Amino acid sequence: MSDALAGLLTIGVLVLALAAVHVPLGDYLARVYRSERHLPVERFVYRLCRVDPGAQQRWTVYALSLLGFAAVSVLLLYLLLRLQRVLPLSLGHSGLPPSGAFNTAVSFVTNTDWQWYSGEAVMGQLAQLAGLAVQNFLSAATGLAVAVALIRGFVREGTDEIGNFWVDLVRSVIRVLLPLAFLSALLLAACGAVQDFAGAHTFTTLEGGDQTILRGPVASQQAISVLGTNGGGYFNANAAHPYENPTALSNLLQTFLMLLIPSVLPRTFGRLVGSPRHGWVLFAVMAVLWTVGLTLTTVFEATHHGTVPREVGAALEGKETRFGVWNSALFGHSATATSSGANDASYDSFTPLGGGVLLLNMLLGEISPGGIGGGLIGMLVLAVLAVFIAGLMVGRTPEYLGRKIRQREITLVALYVLAMPFAVLVGVGLALAFPGPREAILNPGPHGLTEVLYAFVSAANNNGSAFAGLTSGTTFYNTALALAMLFGRFLPMVLVLALAGSLAAQQRVPVSSGTLPTHQPMFAGLLTGVAVIVTGLTFFPALALGPLAEGLK
Amino acid sequence: MTARHPTGHGFSPRQLAAALPDALRKFDPRHTVRAPVIFVVWIGSLVTTVSAVVNPSFFGFAIAGWLWATVLFANLAEAVAEGRGRAQAEALRRTKKETVARRLRPDGGEEQVPGTQLVVGDRVVVEAGQLIPGDGEVIDGVASVDESTMTGESAPVIRESGGDRSSVTGGTTVLSDRIVVRITTCPGEGFLDRMISLVEGASRQKTPNEIALNILLASLTIVFLLAVATLQPMAAYSGRQQTLIVLTALLVCLIPTTIGALLSAIGIAGMDRLVQRNVIAVSGRAVEAAGDVNTLLLDKTGTITLGARHATEFIPAPDVEERELAEAAQLSSLADETPEGRSIVVLAKNEYGLRGREEGRVTGVTFVPFTAHTRMSGVDLDDGRRIRKGASTAVMKWVRDQGGHPPPDSVRGDPHGADSVRGDPHGADSVRGDPQQKLGLLVEAISGEGGTPLLVAERLPDRPARVLGVIRLRDIVKAGISERFAELHRMGISTVMITGDNPATAAAIAREAGVDRYLAEATPEDKMDLIRREQAGGRLVAMTGDGTNDAPALAQADVGVAMNAGTMAAKEAGNMVDLDSNPTKLIEIVAIGKQLLITRGALTTFSIANDVAKYFAIIPAMFTGVYPQLGHLNVMNLGSAQSAVLSAVIFNAVVIVALIPIALRGVRYRPTSAATMLRRNLAVYGLGGLVTPFVGIKLIDLVVHLLPGIR
Repeated sequence: MSDALAGLLTIGVLVLALAAVHVPLGDYLARVYRSERHLPVERFVYRLCRVDPGAQQRWTVYALSLLGFAAVSVLLLYLLLRLQRVLPLSLGHSGLPPSGAFNTAVSFVTNTDWQWYSGEAVMGQLAQLAGLAVQNFLSAATGLAVAVALIRGFVREGTDEIGNFWVDLVRSVIRVLLPLAFLSALLLAACGAVQDFAGAHTFTTLEGGDQTILRGPVASQQAISVLGTNGGGYFNANAAHPYENPTALSNLLQTFLMLLIPSVLPRTFGRLVGSPRHGWVLFAVMAVLWTVGLTLTTVFEATHHGTVPREVGAALEGKETRFGVWNSALFGHSATATSSGANDASYDSFTPLGGGVLLLNMLLGEISPGGIGGGLIGMLVLAVLAVFIAGLMVGRTPEYLGRKIRQREITLVALYVLAMPFAVLVGVGLALAFPGPREAILNPGPHGLTEVLYAFVSAANNNGSAFAGLTSGTTFYNTALALAMLFGRFLPMVLVLALAGSLAAQQRVPVSSGTLPTHQPMFAGLLTGVAVIVTGLTFFPALALGPLAEGLK
Repeated sequence: MTARHPTGHGFSPRQLAAALPDALRKFDPRHTVRAPVIFVVWIGSLVTTVSAVVNPSFFGFAIAGWLWATVLFANLAEAVAEGRGRAQAEALRRTKKETVARRLRPDGGEEQVPGTQLVVGDRVVVEAGQLIPGDGEVIDGVASVDESTMTGESAPVIRESGGDRSSVTGGTTVLSDRIVVRITTCPGEGFLDRMISLVEGASRQKTPNEIALNILLASLTIVFLLAVATLQPMAAYSGRQQTLIVLTALLVCLIPTTIGALLSAIGIAGMDRLVQRNVIAVSGRAVEAAGDVNTLLLDKTGTITLGARHATEFIPAPDVEERELAEAAQLSSLADETPEGRSIVVLAKNEYGLRGREEGRVTGVTFVPFTAHTRMSGVDLDDGRRIRKGASTAVMKWVRDQGGHPPPDSVRGDPHGADSVRGDPHGADSVRGDPQQKLGLLVEAISGEGGTPLLVAERLPDRPARVLGVIRLRDIVKAGISERFAELHRMGISTVMITGDNPATAAAIAREAGVDRYLAEATPEDKMDLIRREQAGGRLVAMTGDGTNDAPALAQADVGVAMNAGTMAAKEAGNMVDLDSNPTKLIEIVAIGKQLLITRGALTTFSIANDVAKYFAIIPAMFTGVYPQLGHLNVMNLGSAQSAVLSAVIFNAVVIVALIPIALRGVRYRPTSAATMLRRNLAVYGLGGLVTPFVGIKLIDLVVHLLPGIR
C-alpha cells in the first residue's frame, strides 16, 4: 500500500471514528456536568477532602481554589522529583536539579508536558506514576473544569456563582478521564505497548555489544498522556518509540485520543447552553482549521524540494518508517492543533513550511480543536471578540448568546488575547537579546530562530512539543519556559473565570431578528477570519523571519 | 420635521480648511493622550523626527512628516465634526439675548432683574412681545409663544398653566397675552445652554460602547507594540537590524490608527445627526441605547393614527331612512367644531348632498354644546324637535329619560356600557333578532372593528325619543405607518401600541397598523408595569411622552423621548427631548442610534483588515536584503524598500481623510435583518478593507518610488 493511500485511509477512519462518538460523548459530558447526583466514590472523595459538593462558588473563589490546587500540585511534584533518590522505585536515578525539577513540575501541572530531559535517563517509576501520570489526569481535569465554568457563564442568569471547582475536578477525573484512559490503555497494550514494572534489561546485540532496554508501565501512561492532551512521553522518543507506539493502529488510536475530548466539547457546549447549533458553529471552525492545516502540512511534507528528500523519494529524515510521511504529518498536525505535543517524528526535521504549520497551529491559540478544555475556551473567547467587532456592524451593542459584551467583558477578552503573545514575544526577544541563550541554538539562520520561537510558543500555549535543536536544559530556558508555561496557563484561566462570573451576573437579552446570528455558517466564516487575522497580524514578522525565510525558494 | 440645517449632511473641503486651526491646537499632548492610538502616533512622530535630525536623510524626514500628518488628520477629523456643531451653536447663541426679567416679589410687587440672576423658584411675568427669561413652567395665564429659535417652526404654540402644555423655554418670545412663569432651571443650565454645549461637543463624555471599543483598540496597540519591539532582536539575530524610523513606521501602520482617529468624530457626528432632527439627548449614552432598543412603546393617537377620528358611515336603525339619519347627524354637528364633528358634516355633504346649512344661517335652532358631563352635543329646534348625538351610553340614557326604549346598554350585559364591550367576532353581519337588539349588536360590532360608534337620537314633540342610527367614526391610521412597523419588525424591534381605547378597538387598530402588541385602556401605571416587565425580560424600552403622568415611565424607560410641548416634569424625566413634538420621530432616533454603532463597527473592521496589506508592503521591504526569498511576499511589486515603507505610511495617513465623510455622515443604513446587514457590511468594510490598501499602496508607490531621495 502506498504511503498516500495508507495516509488517506487512516484519515478517513479517524474522521469517521470521531464523527461516530461526537454526539454521544458530547451529550454524556453535558450530563456529567449538569447532573445533581454524586457517585458514592465521589462522595467519599468529598468527605475525605472535607469539601461540600453542594456549595456554589463565586468566580473569585473558583479561581482561588484552582490556583491553590495548582500551587500545591507544583510543590508536591517538585518535592517528589527532587527527592526521587530516597524514594522507592527510583530505578537508581538521583533527584532532578532545582531548575529542572521546577520546570518539570510546572510543565506537568500546566498540561504542557514540555520535557527538557529524556525520560529513561532521569525518571524512576514512582516519579512517572505518582508524579507525572497523576498530573496528567489532574491538569486535564482542571482544563475541563474551567471550560465548564465558562459555559455556565453563558447558561446562568443573574448570579455570581459559576459552579464548584472541586466537584468539576472530581467529576472530570472519575466520570470522564479514568474510564476513557483505562479503556485506552487496554487497547494500547493490546496493540503491543508495554505495561509492566520490569525496569531496565541489558541484552547482547547480534553484533556482540550491550544494549539496555527499559520497560515500565508505558501503556497506562501514554493513554492519559494523549487523552488528556498532555503529550509527555515515558521515553525520550515519545510516540516514536516502539514500546509507546508500536504499530500504525496504535498511532491511529493515539491520534484519535488526542482529538477526542477537544473535538466533542463544542457539542457539550451546545447542549449545555441549549443551542446545539451554536456548538456546531464552533465545531465547524475547529474542523475547517484542522482540515486546512492538515492539508498544508501533508502537502509541504509530501512535496519536498530538498536534495536528500528528492533522492530518497520522501522527506523521511527524522520520521519513523513505520508511519511514513502521511501518518507523521497527521500525528504531528494533530498533536500541535490540540495541546498534546506528543510526537511520533522529529518536528525539527519537518520541512520548513510543514514545521511552520505546526507552529501556526499553536500560534492560533490551539483552537483546532485545541487542548482539553483550553480549545473550547480559546474558541469562545475568539467568538466574543468576533461578536464585538462584527456585532457593531448590525447596529446593536454586541451580544453573544444573549450576553452583552460591554467594557468589562471586552477588557477580559483583550487581556486573554494579549497574554499568549506577551509570553511568547517577550520570551523570544529576551532569548535572542542575550548571548547565553543565543548560543544554545544549535542551527544557524532562520531555522535557529524557529527553534527558539517554537520553544516559547509551545510553552506559552501549554503544548509541550519540542522542535529540538535547542539546548533547552539550561537554567535560563528551564526558568524562562516554566514562567511562560505558568503565565500562559493560569493568567488566561483566571481571566476566563472572571469573564464567566461577569457573564453569569448578566440578564439574558432576548434574541430577535435584530440580533447578530451566531449560529449560522456566516458567523463560522467570520470567526475563522478573526482567528486567522488576529494570529497572523501578531506573529507575521516572526513567521516571516523563521519558517517563511527558510521555506520560500 | 423642520429642516434646521439644510446643508447639515454635506461635507466640503472648505470645512477641512476651516477646522485647521482647531486641529493644530489639538497637537497638545494633554489632548492627544485621551485617544491612546493617536497618542502612540504622536510619540512615534517625535521619535522619528529626532532620529531624522540626528541622521538626516530624505526618507527619515519624509516618514516623520507623514507621521505628523497622520496626527494632524486625526485632529482634523475631530475638529471638523466639532466645527459643524460649533456653527450650530453660534446660531443658537445669537438667539440667546440678554433679557431683563420682571420678577414677582413675595409681597406681590414687581422688580426688574437681569435674566442671569434668576434662581430656581422665582416667578416672573412675561407679556406680549417679551422674551421669556429662562426655562420654566406657566403657573398662571395662557399665551401664544413663538418658539422658532428652538424648533425652527414659525407657527406659534399655545402655552397655558396647569395642563400638559405648561412648560416654556428661555429665549422664546411671547406673542400675545400675559403669563406668569415659575423658573425651573438656573440660568446657564437651561435648554438652550444644554443644546449649545451638546452640539459643541464640549460636555461630550465617552459612551459605554465607545469606552469598550477604546479598550480593544488599546490592547491591539499593545500587541503590535510588543510585536514590533521584539522584532528588533529577531532582526538582529537574522543579521538585519532595523532603524528606529522603519520600526516606528511599521508600528504606526499596524496600530488601528484609522478607527482611532475617527472614533470621536463618529460620536460627535451621531449626536449632530440627532440635533439636525431637532432632538436633544441628555447624553450620548441615550443615543447608543436607542440603537439597542428591543421594544418601542408608541401612543396610538398622533403616532399611529391621525389625531382625530373621521366619520365614515351612517348606519340607520331598522325603521329609519338612511337620509333621515344623515340629515339629523349633520344638523346636530353644525356647531360642533371638533374634527369629528366637521367630518360628519363633510360626510353628509359628500354622500347625501346635504349642504347649504351653515351654523349662522340656520334659524330657529339652539345648539347644545358638548360637555364632558353629558358626553353629548346636539340641537334643539324651535318646533320642539330635539336631536342628540354622542357616546352610546350617554345617548341611550337620554332616550330612556325621554320616554323611549333604547337597545340595552349591552346585549352581553357588560357593566361598562357599549363603549368598552369586547368585540363581536362576527362583526355587523351577524346582526339579527329584534330591531333594538340589532342596534345594540351593531354598536358592539363597530367597536370591535376599531371604530367608535356615535349614536344619534331624536325626539319629536309628544312622542317618545328614539334612536335614529349610528355614525361610524374611524381612527385613520397614518399612511405608510404599517410599512414602518414591518421594517421595525424585520429589525427585531417589537412595537407596542398604547391607547386608552377598549381592547376590541385597540386590537382592530393594532391589526390595521401592523403593530406587534397593544396595551388597551392604558393607565400610566399600566404603562409603567409594561416597561418594567419588558426590562425584567432583558429588553430595552423606548417611549415618548408629554404629560406629567408620563414622567415616571419616561424616567424608567431606557430611551424616554419627551415632547417639547409637554410639561417640564416630562422633559426632566426623559433622556431626550424632541423639539418638534413629533412622536413618530422615535423610529428615526432608533435608526440614528443604530447607524452610530454600525459606523463604528464598520470602520473598526476596515481599519483592522487594512493591516494585512501593510505587512505585505513593509516586511519584505525590511528583510529582502538578508533573505531575498522574502521578495515573494512583495505581492504588490513595490518599487523599493524605502518606497514601500513610505507608501504604506502615506496610505495610512490619507485613508483617514478619505474616511472623514463616512465618519460624519454615517455608513449607509437600511432597516433589514441583522444577518443581511452583517453580510453587506462584512463584504463592503471587511473585504473592502482587505483589498483597498493593496490597491492604494501600489498607486502611491508608483509616484513615491520616482522621488529622487528614495532608495
